[in-house]
Amino acid sequence: MTRSAARRVWGLMYRHLALYRRSWPRLIELMYWPILQMVVWGFVTAYLAGVQNNVASAAAGVLLGGVLLWEVALRSQMGFSISFLEEIWSRNLGHLFVSPIRPHEMVAALMGMSVIRVLIGVVPAMGLAWLLYAFGVWSMGPVVIAFFAALLLMGWAVALGVTSLILRFGAGAETLAWSVLFGITPFAAVFYPVAVLPAWLQPVALSLPAAHVFEGMRAALLEGRIDWGHLAWALALDAAWMAAMSWVFMAQLRAARVKGALLNIGE
Amino acid sequence: MPYDMSLRPAATAAAPGTAAPVPAIRCEALSKRYGKPDRPPAVDALSFTLPRGATWGLLGGNGAGKTTTIGMLLGLLVPTSGRVACLGHDMARDRFRALARMNFSSPYIALPHRLSVRENLRVYAHLYDVPRAERRIAELAAQLQLEDLLDRPAGELSAGQKTRVALAKALVNRPALLLLDEPTASLDPDTGDWVRTWLERYRAESGAAILLASHNMAEVERLCEHVLMLRRGRVVDQGSPAALIERYGRDDLEQVFLDIARGTGAAAEMVPA
Repeated sequence: MTRSAARRVWGLMYRHLALYRRSWPRLIELMYWPILQMVVWGFVTAYLAGVQNNVASAAAGVLLGGVLLWEVALRSQMGFSISFLEEIWSRNLGHLFVSPIRPHEMVAALMGMSVIRVLIGVVPAMGLAWLLYAFGVWSMGPVVIAFFAALLLMGWAVALGVTSLILRFGAGAETLAWSVLFGITPFAAVFYPVAVLPAWLQPVALSLPAAHVFEGMRAALLEGRIDWGHLAWALALDAAWMAAMSWVFMAQLRAARVKGALLNIGE
Repeated sequence: MPYDMSLRPAATAAAPGTAAPVPAIRCEALSKRYGKPDRPPAVDALSFTLPRGATWGLLGGNGAGKTTTIGMLLGLLVPTSGRVACLGHDMARDRFRALARMNFSSPYIALPHRLSVRENLRVYAHLYDVPRAERRIAELAAQLQLEDLLDRPAGELSAGQKTRVALAKALVNRPALLLLDEPTASLDPDTGDWVRTWLERYRAESGAAILLASHNMAEVERLCEHVLMLRRGRVVDQGSPAALIERYGRDDLEQVFLDIARGTGAAAEMVPA
């Protein structure tokens, strides 16, 4: 990346960081849901650990791990998509698209904001999980960093798809920015193994990087081992998803320039 | 305000004995058709060449094709056919190099209103890779009387103040080509006059080319040495404001505009239906 390109990426990130500095409700909103999710599931975990036998107690810890790691994918996707939507809401998108910032630089800036939003949203929830329930995601070992990366990448891939739909259908598609990953949750094997799903659904689940991450997480937490196979599948699927969604994004951007959608995308 | 060399964009004229400088804009048979092929084109075979340092007006009623033309010039829209080059760069293949030396202002595209004026200008200074950004922002603030507004959120400004901020954003990279879409829309006469005076001064001092789309005929008469009259996506006439007024036997450009838009007066015979 050239110095000019890095400066353009930083310029767009600075625009969002300045927004957060001036809008504390946005900052609180970033932390609110991850903490709320963690607290609710933490109590469920505490209940299961307290009233069930030892096997269930061990499994209960996995629920909290699932909640916290799934938040990485959710916040990653939302961080990217909502940063893009901020440009539509502020009617600033036209200025950006007539500036010299390239599409891949815009995507890089949105990814950068996504990482910052994930850290602001998920790190406090992880700290609270440790304080309230003595559960640390780091108990999985260093492999948790790979899980984080795989889920971050999956969030970006989905966000590229959501952003493509916004380019295609306008701001009317914005509800997808909040809802799309919630719809994937049942197939992502966040709280239960893929084997629990009906046989015909299992291939669908196994096409999601997240399902492999959570199988790996359970192997780490319950058996104390790193499941390299699932980790490799997760990263390979991430690469495939990113490539596919990048192509879709560029195709939709081109289509928006043909149809004139960039002139009135906020409408 | 004192003359400021910082207004001057990159070299715009060829040295003696060398080839003529590339024009600011060259459009060749530019057309745009939205949707199905049987729909009438929004812009139809538009050709013109805007020289460096000139200020031209793009006039036409609603739906005449002004916004579509500007969209294609900026690379926001892909033409159905034809070519457009800005500052010598083909906008189909090389638009980012041109965009770095152009800029655009429109009251219909906002700046993030929660950010302060200074933060907004910083964002665009980064996006346009402006050297010594803080110094440039201070220069623009002095020139456009924004010093007291720099730390106020852009959303809290009056329409006139927002227009000055939008101009500052449009000038942050010292553009060699400036596209302005109704730069004085919704401004009171005093503020509108201030903006027009400023644009005259900027053009004279910087040598930048300006393409101005406006519904304010007095503004176009004052600022532009050449006017393209658009109707249904085609250039139906063009010339200097004075020449157009004389050709149509009218007193001012507004009457010429009305004749062309309605097909009345001399336009009934001179302008194709």
